Amino acid sequence: MTTTTEPAEKKGPNTFGILKRFGPLLFLLALVVVFTALKPSFIDPINVFNILRQISITGLIALGMTFVILTAGIDLSVGSLLAFCGMVAAVVAKGGTANSMSLSAGGGQGFGWFAALLAAVIVGSVAGGVQGLAITRLKVPPFVVTLGGLTIFRGLTLTLSNGGPISGFDASMRWFGTGLVGPVPVPVIIFAVAALLCHLVLRYTRYGRAVYAVGGNAEAARLSGLRVDRILISVYIIVGFFAGLAAFVLSARLNSSEAVAGIGYELTVISAVVIGGTSLFGGIGSVGGTVVGAALIGVLQNGLQFNNVSSYTQSIVIGLILIVAVAFDRWLKSRSRS
Amino acid sequence: MAAVAAAEQLAPPLLEVVGVSKHFAGVIALNDVSLDVRRGEILGLLGENGAGKSTLLKILSGAQPPTSGRIVFDGAEYRPQSPDAAKRAGIVTIYQELSLIPTLSVAENIFIGRAPLGAFGIIDWRRMRRETTGIIARVGLGIDPDTPVSALSVAEQQLVEIARALSLESRLIIMDEPTSALTETEVSQLLRIMTQLRAEGVAIMFVTHRLEEASAICDRMTVLRDGRLAGHLNREDKPIPIHEIIEKMVGRAASELYARPTQRNAAGAVRLSVRGLRTVRDPEAPHAIVLDGVDIDLKAGEILGVAGLVGSGRTELARAIFGADRIAAGTVTLDGQPIAPASPADAIELGIGLVPEDRKHQAIFAMLGILQNFSVAALRAYSNGLGLMAEGRERVALAEYKKALSIRMASPEQSIDGLSGGNQQKVILARWLARDPKVLIVDEPTRGVDVGAKAEVHQILVQLAARGIAVMVISSELPEVLAVSDRIVTMRQGRITGEMPAVEATEEKLMALMALDQRQGETR
Repeated sequence: MTTTTEPAEKKGPNTFGILKRFGPLLFLLALVVVFTALKPSFIDPINVFNILRQISITGLIALGMTFVILTAGIDLSVGSLLAFCGMVAAVVAKGGTANSMSLSAGGGQGFGWFAALLAAVIVGSVAGGVQGLAITRLKVPPFVVTLGGLTIFRGLTLTLSNGGPISGFDASMRWFGTGLVGPVPVPVIIFAVAALLCHLVLRYTRYGRAVYAVGGNAEAARLSGLRVDRILISVYIIVGFFAGLAAFVLSARLNSSEAVAGIGYELTVISAVVIGGTSLFGGIGSVGGTVVGAALIGVLQNGLQFNNVSSYTQSIVIGLILIVAVAFDRWLKSRSRS
Repeated sequence: MAAVAAAEQLAPPLLEVVGVSKHFAGVIALNDVSLDVRRGEILGLLGENGAGKSTLLKILSGAQPPTSGRIVFDGAEYRPQSPDAAKRAGIVTIYQELSLIPTLSVAENIFIGRAPLGAFGIIDWRRMRRETTGIIARVGLGIDPDTPVSALSVAEQQLVEIARALSLESRLIIMDEPTSALTETEVSQLLRIMTQLRAEGVAIMFVTHRLEEASAICDRMTVLRDGRLAGHLNREDKPIPIHEIIEKMVGRAASELYARPTQRNAAGAVRLSVRGLRTVRDPEAPHAIVLDGVDIDLKAGEILGVAGLVGSGRTELARAIFGADRIAAGTVTLDGQPIAPASPADAIELGIGLVPEDRKHQAIFAMLGILQNFSVAALRAYSNGLGLMAEGRERVALAEYKKALSIRMASPEQSIDGLSGGNQQKVILARWLARDPKVLIVDEPTRGVDVGAKAEVHQILVQLAARGIAVMVISSELPEVLAVSDRIVTMRQGRITGEMPAVEATEEKLMALMALDQRQGETR
């Protein structure tokens, strides 16, 4: 009998191990330090909360997207779905598409913020579920199904709103977008609570384990008794739910639901998830990473703006960072293996 | 006749392999093997799984260089740096997994990378079609050259590959188990074409498990065993007798590889009973073997060994029982109750477990930790009513299995990818033990497991049966089947071909049942 001893884990802190785990976070901190050095007011609480509020909308969707990408899927429809859910919320809040241009709450004919919120998340979840069914039952790749969804939901939004915005919600609804609890904007609180919940679900529940397993090796997951199709459908429901929630918050903040809302959000959202270290091939990633990824994009946008860099240049920088972040991640992994 | 044979003997062989060895990280896969192939002959290359056939093929096809030894092809030193270089030198290898591009036409596949060009460098389609028709006629194919390869049967695709090899002016065609996915009519057609090519002066190396086919067609045979040359056999006036091949393949050394446990388990009542199990060809898995009326009984506390070659239907049997593949007809009963699991999840719920043959693709989650890999089939057992994982209990259970199965690992968080094959397999076994199954099917229990750990895995299987689990062990390694089983059934072409208590079984008996066509001589 051979006595094979497994390569024991290295004792003590391993530089690469730390870098691998906290790479994106270190990168974020470095950016904060640089921007603060350039302009000390960058770190003012007002600006910090400003950044956090900016990232909370795409951040919410990125939480849902983390589930999807963990299963090696993708959802390109989230920007359009956000617009559609926002429009549904507006119609429910205002009790119809009439008075759509009025900035006032409109005479109490609506159904209130709660109904609007419920409508947004239900529509989002159902839309996600339908896409999940198409992916699992019709065996059409997620990229294609949600690419179709991207067009379909935009079209539905324009149909519902006749192309224009629906504006003017009552104060109780607007609070979800503009309110403060102490110094903290309400959207930031919603994002923080949602992030914590998602973290707990992925890290500590049976369902979370199943999501990682399906993403890591779908065939092995099936042969281990997991209902792979159900889990795949569920992650699209989750991302749809978050698109609905984000839509509600965005409409509340802008006091308006725009038919053109959320264009290009899918790219920001996917960037946040990927920069945060979640593998597009599934099975690897975390909510913490996604939060850091979303913050990284927010800090970059805000910091560049703060230093009067044009939005054109911002796009270039963010694109480069996306590539560099993933390249860095790959490099670390190849180093830690050898 | 004798004069011709003598002249052939005098001419230098087309391919000469002299003392070739191949070492992999301490494992000797091929040890000092020599053989030769002459022009216009069919040489059979035979041996059990793990005998070194695949390694030799990889060396000849340019996929891997030998560690030592010399190969001479057509009078020149042969050292291909890549499969492409091997092809250019004139040796084409046709694998079981065909290399045609299904979406392209027959003509495009044959002329891939070297399409005839007309004026202005534009592909001369007319010429390509015309030449294709001529080339495929040589292998007896009369199909339209524009037919997409995906529309062809496996047998036809194989012929297209042979035709392509011929059009490349290959002088040696190596065929790796070409008949395993073919029907009997297709096999005889293929053998006829091989004979015809031989008459045209093409040399063929025929790698096969099917002994009667080898016996019928081969002029000579080279048999490998445990990485070494077991011997050469020559066709005299009549085909090479099958019992001689078996003797060479099995040898004596192999049966001494594993000690057979002296204590046999006392079998209990029948747990799992399969009657008349049939499957139909699934268009998504055209290479899968169709089960053709399988009957087996699996008793509590015994290990049933299923011996069969690749392509015998042994894996398909396991998958059908486990709900992974659709059953077309037949019944399965568990503890007397008829069951019809529609998915692995259903089968697991009923108390059936499966350790699949391809660990990397079907069992492990390479990027996840040992803990997650261990508990994935028993998440419900290690979580509470709210769906929260009870990680404490989970870790305690893993620690117990670590001790019981002597899994050598650093921590539950360690990636399973970092474990040796044997320890990975033990984690997968622990995964099923955590569910306390009634029936455990283990497909190739020690594939990719080093020799020392093999005996440990065997010991674990014996212990499981002693606990009352009905264990079914599927293996293509006869010494393994003999070492662990209480009872052995053999399979061939989707059917059970024999059954015997392990104490009465010998490798020779099993090999004959696995490799021979039982229906010859039967009256039907």
